[in-house]
Amino acid sequence: MDRTPVIVGIGLSDYPKAPHLNGVQHHVLAAQRAIADAGIDKSEIDGYVGAGGGGGMMVDDAVTMAEYLRINHRYIDGTMTGGSSFEFHVQHLAAAIRDGACDTAIVTYGSDQLSRMGRSLGTGGMHRGVQRVAGPSGYEAPYGNSLVGSYAMHAKRHMHEFGTTSEQLAEIAVGVREYASLNPNAIYRDPITVDDVMSSRMIADPLHLLDCCAITDGGGAFIMTTAERAKDLAQPPVYVLGAAGGQTHWNVSQQTDFTSSAGALAGPIAFERAGVTHDDVDLLMFYDSFTITCLILLESLGFVPKGEGGPFVAEGHLKRGGKWPLNTDGGGLSNVHPGMRGIFLIIEAVRQLRGQGGEAQVPDCEVAIAAGSGGWLSCIGVAILGSNRP
Amino acid sequence: MSIHEVIEVEEWAKPLPGLDAVNEEYWKAAREGRLLIQQCPACGHRQWYPRALCTVCAADPDWLETSGRGTLHTFTVIRQQGIPAFKAELPYAVVMVELEEGPLVFGSMPGVDVDTIEIGMALEVYFLAAADDTGVPYWRPIA
Repeated sequence: MDRTPVIVGIGLSDYPKAPHLNGVQHHVLAAQRAIADAGIDKSEIDGYVGAGGGGGMMVDDAVTMAEYLRINHRYIDGTMTGGSSFEFHVQHLAAAIRDGACDTAIVTYGSDQLSRMGRSLGTGGMHRGVQRVAGPSGYEAPYGNSLVGSYAMHAKRHMHEFGTTSEQLAEIAVGVREYASLNPNAIYRDPITVDDVMSSRMIADPLHLLDCCAITDGGGAFIMTTAERAKDLAQPPVYVLGAAGGQTHWNVSQQTDFTSSAGALAGPIAFERAGVTHDDVDLLMFYDSFTITCLILLESLGFVPKGEGGPFVAEGHLKRGGKWPLNTDGGGLSNVHPGMRGIFLIIEAVRQLRGQGGEAQVPDCEVAIAAGSGGWLSCIGVAILGSNRP
Repeated sequence: MSIHEVIEVEEWAKPLPGLDAVNEEYWKAAREGRLLIQQCPACGHRQWYPRALCTVCAADPDWLETSGRGTLHTFTVIRQQGIPAFKAELPYAVVMVELEEGPLVFGSMPGVDVDTIEIGMALEVYFLAAADDTGVPYWRPIA
């Protein structure tokens, strides 16, 4: 039996604004659509994977969701590394499916972030008012940092060491927006220029408003099984060529290199397992929480030498028609970002590898890399996917 | 020994660290004007924040009192913040300081003109007396 791990179903819930859905409903709608997309019976699913994290009053941790969906699994994984959780899930599921721990698993995510909270995720602060904050985040709690600020500290140091400019970072937002303009569902669709990014208000120096991801509602799901089982399902299988993950810290106060990420640990392992090179990659799906996130992923995963990312992106290589097109769905910057975007990286990569990308289709897309950043460039998960058998 | 200024505050309106058996010495020392890190008696590794083990060799670390001086490693200027106590101080810099003793520490520089802040500048610590058992370290340029 061929137990090569493949992705056979993908689903998105309604987004970017879906006040008719709560977070659990986002999980469910995406799951229903992924099951229909795969053309598989729900009763065949014997693994559940999820990171929870939908927030608010909603309980959507892995055991609760497995119960709600009534998946009486023989494999469960609730790994929560922030937005990169779903790339770690691919890594874990690839091993579990090869090992026979399960045959067919579903991964789900959902959040009603925009409808419930508005645009307060990035600068609302994690800890409000006079309270005692236990654990390591207590060392940051008194100072009024923001989520944007943590990434901005990386950008500032990168600029200091390598001369990277705000204009170069802005090119990333401009290129991703061009793809969003092709996506009728994207939250922001009007094309933008470098000047638009530069003249948008500063949120946390050196990151402007348009260097920051959107806040939306949304949910996603995907189904993984064996290449054997995939033979008579509805969609062409997408192969997990290689996946890996790494962690350098969790809280930003424990970052030791503000110009790199654990991608430097995970990237070489993922590429070695996949048996492909950077030049084989046709599509980059990078977690674009902020423009700097993409730049640091690009460098730390070895697509360009450290420090050379700024001039490289300014040459347009990550734009539509470039060497490595980035975030063809419009990214977290302009399409969908309900809080943990990692699952959408996988879903869009699968869509492109199937040749279902529509107007945004990357020509001859055979190898895609999904790279998630969780926390504050803390936990980096990498999944290299392909349309052809490894 | 290096004692730095401790400024009394009338009413503290910001979040504070939770104290526990490992970190209470750190926050108490800050209340007295001293900035502590840890040093490992076995391998010499120095670390911040304080932990119950040396992150290199897993031995029990000792306290090490620092000079309270360092250089600015990186920073951001916070210009948008939803929490009232911080909103009142906008804009302000949140910083990572490289101590003379080696480790990076997290903090902020409220009240310092954000246009004068540069990576590499020399900084010294001072403290606000946030509670009877807790001082909070802040940073300012060395005059």
